[in-house]
Amino acid sequence: MAILSKDEAQTILKKVLSFSTADECEVTLNGTTGGNVRSARNAISTSGAVDNVSLAVESRFGKRSGIATCNEFDDATLRRCVQRAEEIAKLAPESPEYMPLLGPQQYLESPKSFAANTAGITPDYRAQQVAASMKLCDAKKLTSAAFLNDSAGFVAKRNNKGLEAYQQITNLDFSITVRTPDGTGSGYAAADFTDISKFDAARMTQIAADKATGSVGAKAIEPGKYTVILEPAALVSNSDASLLGALMNALDARNADEGRSFLSKKGGGNRKGEKMFDERVTIYSDPTNPELADLTFSGDGRPQKKMTWIEKGVVKNLYSSRFWAQKNNIADIPRPGGFIMEGGTQSTQDLIKGTAKGILVTRLWYIRAVDPQTLLFTGLTRDGTFYIENGKIKYPVKNFRFNESPVIMLNNLEAIGKPVRLGGNLVPPLKIRDFTFTSLSDAV
Amino acid sequence: MKRREFVGLTGFAAGALFLPSFPGFGGNPVDPERLLEQVDPAIKKRLADAAMNAAKSAGATYADVRIGRYLNQSIFTREKQVQNIGSGESYGAGVRVLANGTWGFAATNTVTEAGMAKAAQLAVQIAKANSKVQKEKVQLAPQKGYGDVTWKTPIQQNAFEVPIAQKVELLLAANAKALENGASFVNSSLFQINEQKYFASTDGSYIDQDIHRIWPTFSVTAIDRASGKFRSREALSAPMGLGYEYLTPKAADKIAGPTGTGLVGYKMSYDMLEDAALAAQQAKSKLTAKSVVPGKYDVVLDPNHLGLTIHESVGHATELDRVLGYEANYAGTSFATLDKWKSKNFQYGSKLVNIVADKLQPGSLGAVGYDDEGVKTGQWDLIKNGVLVDYQKTRDQAGILGQDHSDGCSYAQSWQDVQFQRMANVSLQPGKEKMSVDDMIKNVDKGVYIAGRGSYSIDQQRYNFQFGGTVFYAINKGKIDGMLEDVAYQANTQEFWNSCAAICDQSDYRLFGSFFDGKGQPSQVSAVSHGSSTTRFNGVNVINTARKIG
Repeated sequence: MAILSKDEAQTILKKVLSFSTADECEVTLNGTTGGNVRSARNAISTSGAVDNVSLAVESRFGKRSGIATCNEFDDATLRRCVQRAEEIAKLAPESPEYMPLLGPQQYLESPKSFAANTAGITPDYRAQQVAASMKLCDAKKLTSAAFLNDSAGFVAKRNNKGLEAYQQITNLDFSITVRTPDGTGSGYAAADFTDISKFDAARMTQIAADKATGSVGAKAIEPGKYTVILEPAALVSNSDASLLGALMNALDARNADEGRSFLSKKGGGNRKGEKMFDERVTIYSDPTNPELADLTFSGDGRPQKKMTWIEKGVVKNLYSSRFWAQKNNIADIPRPGGFIMEGGTQSTQDLIKGTAKGILVTRLWYIRAVDPQTLLFTGLTRDGTFYIENGKIKYPVKNFRFNESPVIMLNNLEAIGKPVRLGGNLVPPLKIRDFTFTSLSDAV
Repeated sequence: MKRREFVGLTGFAAGALFLPSFPGFGGNPVDPERLLEQVDPAIKKRLADAAMNAAKSAGATYADVRIGRYLNQSIFTREKQVQNIGSGESYGAGVRVLANGTWGFAATNTVTEAGMAKAAQLAVQIAKANSKVQKEKVQLAPQKGYGDVTWKTPIQQNAFEVPIAQKVELLLAANAKALENGASFVNSSLFQINEQKYFASTDGSYIDQDIHRIWPTFSVTAIDRASGKFRSREALSAPMGLGYEYLTPKAADKIAGPTGTGLVGYKMSYDMLEDAALAAQQAKSKLTAKSVVPGKYDVVLDPNHLGLTIHESVGHATELDRVLGYEANYAGTSFATLDKWKSKNFQYGSKLVNIVADKLQPGSLGAVGYDDEGVKTGQWDLIKNGVLVDYQKTRDQAGILGQDHSDGCSYAQSWQDVQFQRMANVSLQPGKEKMSVDDMIKNVDKGVYIAGRGSYSIDQQRYNFQFGGTVFYAINKGKIDGMLEDVAYQANTQEFWNSCAAICDQSDYRLFGSFFDGKGQPSQVSAVSHGSSTTRFNGVNVINTARKIG
């Protein structure tokens, strides 16, 4: 029963609300179905399946709140779940940051967030895709490790103040690392999709395989400040922290107002409205974007709309909790899902052609915050790093450690390429001058 | 304890149950009273037998069953208020089988004989499907069955039985200490985990284990509004495999830090109020601390810092699945390749460096009597007198090294995740000669003393790393000489461990811990501890991390 229709879901939610005796009650249904396959050494190592629907009931008496969940849907279980949420609410401390539940909301339509062919993926489909990938590596005598994960699901909400929401969503993500048998070359490719018609594991494997064979015999060059071309997988990530992700995570109004953010202002307040980045930097979110369709409501029921975060280098908006927004009389904006960085029309290859000297970076790894004051992060290049000279890849280079801030990086912008989808975001390759590499790594 | 008594004592009980996105803290929120319930092992045995019989009937040559009840509780506060309290439970069973020489796995939350049998049949079906593309059959190291056995973390007080009101009171008292001592902000939290795990296998084991972990922690921030500068200092507690007794401070568990720092190290109990007060003072001091001059220094590393260095540069590097390439797409591989191990002379570190893996270390997060494939646990050497001598293995890996037994390194974060190779507690053995931290520092001409975890990053083969810390002090001509900031050190793993020049003795030995160590796809977390005494490394590259943004 993982994918309930809107009517089926709202019928359950209405019934649950009818059992409530609380001052306020909000109920949420989440359902997911899907599966995954993991491979290593050109063989399937593990695989799994997910199929679950769960109900969360939040009951409130005054400023006290309690939540209970269940994943069975007979009347007796639903009544018990409501009763338990109410018992917990009565025992809870009053919240000093209490906000009443939202009433009816208008949500945007996002019809592209669900694709029937993704929801229809079978174990055979997964096995075929991974088998095609492994076959390609076998033929080239390369070794691969890959992960394919797909899901289809829905979220439905309803409360006794009149709020009602429902949406379906699908996703598939695939990543692969190909290595040469002697361990001296490694390449990577990753992508994600709402609709799997564009997915082809073998094509992605070919990209990773080319990088692996091309990265054999990497030369050591001195660390320092270099012009770099960061591919999208080096800017966002589906498996680790990322530089652009970190920037988006730092756009919280409360942290900025409290003085503990790179957006905090000397003497108090925040830097909203200030130009902090190159004027070509524009980042926004839009849950109705056909390439990146996302949920049109947030976890607390606020509508998700097109929202500009950085426009022509100026910080335009910060997200906040409803409590903080009301307390400070600021815009009440929820944190977005994915984000979109505007770019141009050039491919990564085009960016390489226009580079006299520089370094192409496929992927960044183990990215960790060093100083929240300056949003400084450290991490390493991985799985394909190449030296560029006169518009061409000249030779592979050994991996580097970097110490860099996305704030500084987005002020040192040389060129922006065409955005592609990755990790639930649309991200362009970027050409950045004076990117700071601080040491060499022998890792392949 | 009766329900009414418990609920009455909880006071706040389970308030707003918004769990943060900490892995391992999922599960369904529950009434805290339910956390004290146990499932009868006889019932679990009957259910496990149903699953194993179904698996064998479907064609499995081996099957193991894990019936797990995973409990967690988390309390979050900031300044004078409670933010969230969550109590969660996850109950179900995972069945792993070998059929046609290939693994299959299925999990269910329908913990009935019929539900278990169905999961077992699905696991066999998956194994048979995957076997069509499998190249080599899985070879399991032999494992004798232990019959009906039990194991429990040796705790004195079950933290789940302690009223939530009492825990909230402690966290708010710690916050008050921080605020009294000049903190601008303070966030504190307490995490508790109880894994009630039942393992059965066709080898003939029926193992019932009750595992407990606890982690009190906080972060204090001091702000200078005029300059816009802010600095934080994290708690110097360690997550531990202990009960609530960890939060009753004992004088015998306190170890004085270097003279001139005011720091206190904690062994098997933790004084949260004392640490919170010092944290606030140190966060304020960091606002005006000198920025480090980059260069080569002798670094003296406190166990609460060095634990993470051990974890990243030795613990992960000696995981055999990484060495073999199973983590290549995510967590990476390892520089500690089989040829280095086979050579029997790969000098991982200086001769002072002896690193052991230990699955039974008292107080540690990774302590279990048996792992998640029924292997009785123990201790073994990874690095002996500086030489790489072994790895960390599971049953299906031992044969690859020509060994006839697993090290008991199999673990799954929950019943619904498949078990795979995870790190044991990996620890640096203390020095044999008596040496206090002051004794060590008096021999340092130009150095930096570092305590507490901080920023940490290492490459995908565990060569190049950069670590920060929580507090830093200059060492000048044998003495602590004021606080530093903007400090991080970079090194290559082998060079770093070969620069190990001195290790304090057993009296300084403490555990560091990590509650949420991630690995695998889909990613799973595990908890693990790393012990050490304060240790000195000579000639390490220290960098200055200060930058300017417009």
